[in-house]
Amino acid sequence: MKSSSQVGASSKEEAPGRQPTTTPTRIAAPKTNKGVAKQAAGTPWLFLAPYLILFIGFVLIPIVFGLWISLHAWDYTRPLQPFVGLANYVSLFQPDSPYFESFWSSMQATGIFTVFSVPLLLTIPLAVALLMASKFPGRNFFRAVYFAPYVLGVAVISVLWRYLLDNNIGLVNYYLGAIGLPDNIAWTTSTPAAWVALIGVTVWWTLGFNAVIYLAALQDIPAELYEAARVDGANKWQQFLNVTIPGLRPVLSFVTIVTLIASVNMFGQSYLITLGGPGRETRTAIYQIAETGLRNFQMGNAAAMSYVLTLFLMLLSLIVFWLFREKKEGK
Amino acid sequence: MTQLTESGASTASGASGAGNSGRLSTKRADPAGRRKMVLRLIILSIVALIFISPLIFMFVTSFKTREDATGIPPSWIPDPWTLQAYESILAPGSSTPVLRWFLNSMVAALLHAALVVVISALAAYPLARMEFRGKKIVFGVIVATLLVPPVILIIPNYLIVSGLGWLNALVAIIVPTAASAFGVFFMRQFFGALPEDLEEAARLDGANRFEMFTKIILPLAKPAMATLALLAFLTNWNDFLWPIYVLFSPEVQTLPAGLSTLQSANAVRYDLLMAGAVMASLPVLALFVFLQRFIIEGVSRSGVKG
Repeated sequence: MKSSSQVGASSKEEAPGRQPTTTPTRIAAPKTNKGVAKQAAGTPWLFLAPYLILFIGFVLIPIVFGLWISLHAWDYTRPLQPFVGLANYVSLFQPDSPYFESFWSSMQATGIFTVFSVPLLLTIPLAVALLMASKFPGRNFFRAVYFAPYVLGVAVISVLWRYLLDNNIGLVNYYLGAIGLPDNIAWTTSTPAAWVALIGVTVWWTLGFNAVIYLAALQDIPAELYEAARVDGANKWQQFLNVTIPGLRPVLSFVTIVTLIASVNMFGQSYLITLGGPGRETRTAIYQIAETGLRNFQMGNAAAMSYVLTLFLMLLSLIVFWLFREKKEGK
Repeated sequence: MTQLTESGASTASGASGAGNSGRLSTKRADPAGRRKMVLRLIILSIVALIFISPLIFMFVTSFKTREDATGIPPSWIPDPWTLQAYESILAPGSSTPVLRWFLNSMVAALLHAALVVVISALAAYPLARMEFRGKKIVFGVIVATLLVPPVILIIPNYLIVSGLGWLNALVAIIVPTAASAFGVFFMRQFFGALPEDLEEAARLDGANRFEMFTKIILPLAKPAMATLALLAFLTNWNDFLWPIYVLFSPEVQTLPAGLSTLQSANAVRYDLLMAGAVMASLPVLALFVFLQRFIIEGVSRSGVKG
């Protein structure tokens, strides 16, 4: 996901007349290495060692180890972890298994959240960024205000919104009543209100992040392109479709993927605002995996769930890449 | 408070708007453009006010009494102003030691940020400025793991951390998450953009690679390292899922994880909860207010989420 940012950012760097030799960051950069001094064969590895030790220990090994765990009836509280082959995966697809219902209802919760939050988080921040795109006084102030919620942790914003969304004494219901709307909505204990609440809070919380990325990309679109479009008689909407959207394309796929991954990984809001409720309706997949593996210590089952979820996520990412693929050829 | 800042912004807008019209000539001078600008500022101001009001209410409520915090209608001014909530949650010997959590979070986030900057800068240097066998593979593997969602890591890492004897200790939230690919990318991009012949003079003076790195490259990389440290600090300070499962004794929890404990212990004591939330917000909001540019530019350049 961040690799696309790499590409996006370095293509930005190409613009203002840089010598080709100063862009070794680009993945496909030609090897122009004359100026760099040679070094002993072991030197690069000494520099890399501290990072690689942690990277291997806490990223690479866990990826494989997790697969291994998922093939066992792994219970942290027991001394023996018997090998069960694919049984943990099979049980996720058998309606009579104890894990079937809880897992798929959590997948459904994640699905609902993702389907509604991603489009909102792609469009609203774009609108905000467009409002701020041209230079105007106070722009940095507004940018900072919209970004501010994002610097707070999920725990802070969730505890805060559980208060604001309180059924009886919450600010939200009070002001809804004040403008003549129903003032007794159970935002945290009934659906679909709970979904509206979780999605709304998330949009408020992370809007600034996407807006800031859009804004940076908008500023990189050369003004001459708009000038040319205007000369050709394009109105504002046509300029948006034919200049702005194509100009945003590399960033758009990045923002889509990042937002998608973040939505699929939703956990804290549901854990603290709705407590997974009502019932288990807003208990997301991550919530279910964490509780299964780290609270009930059924780690084999939890690991299998996490690989199934990952498969879904990768499929979704591929679809997004595919959606953006065709259009890239025009570049 | 918002009213102040807003009117401040709009007077500033008036002043520099006039300045601009002088400099940029045509654009701002026409009345239609002016009206549009005013409309834009009004929309942005309203949205900004809605945006920031929950945070203001959080601050206000933390200075209320227990009854005032649940009063109807909700008030924006505490009556009376009181530090009761803070005194209550900061009292020593409480089962929810907020001050201890604050210190735990601070220690963990500072050490984590330092660790991330050191190992990322070291690793990024050869990846950006040396040619060696295996470079492409190392970089390729780091890139590939960006597509691996973190959920896959939590179960195995729990067992690894447990095996190392790190469960229920701050080290569990400082070290394992430090090997992020983001830090390496971030520093590599910066190092790669530095002029090619930078190390040449030092090499002629007989400096070795490590000396070139510490004496020439690192001093130039201070802004990038500061930005990375800042982002790592924020991420670690705000982390929630991992700490609530690997830290379980009250005295080792971090503040965000502790907020969850505080919430289940005092479900409707919103005065206490808001005071706790303010404590958990203060360091990051302070950093944001003073170093806003670095944070926003760091994020918009490369993106860090979740």
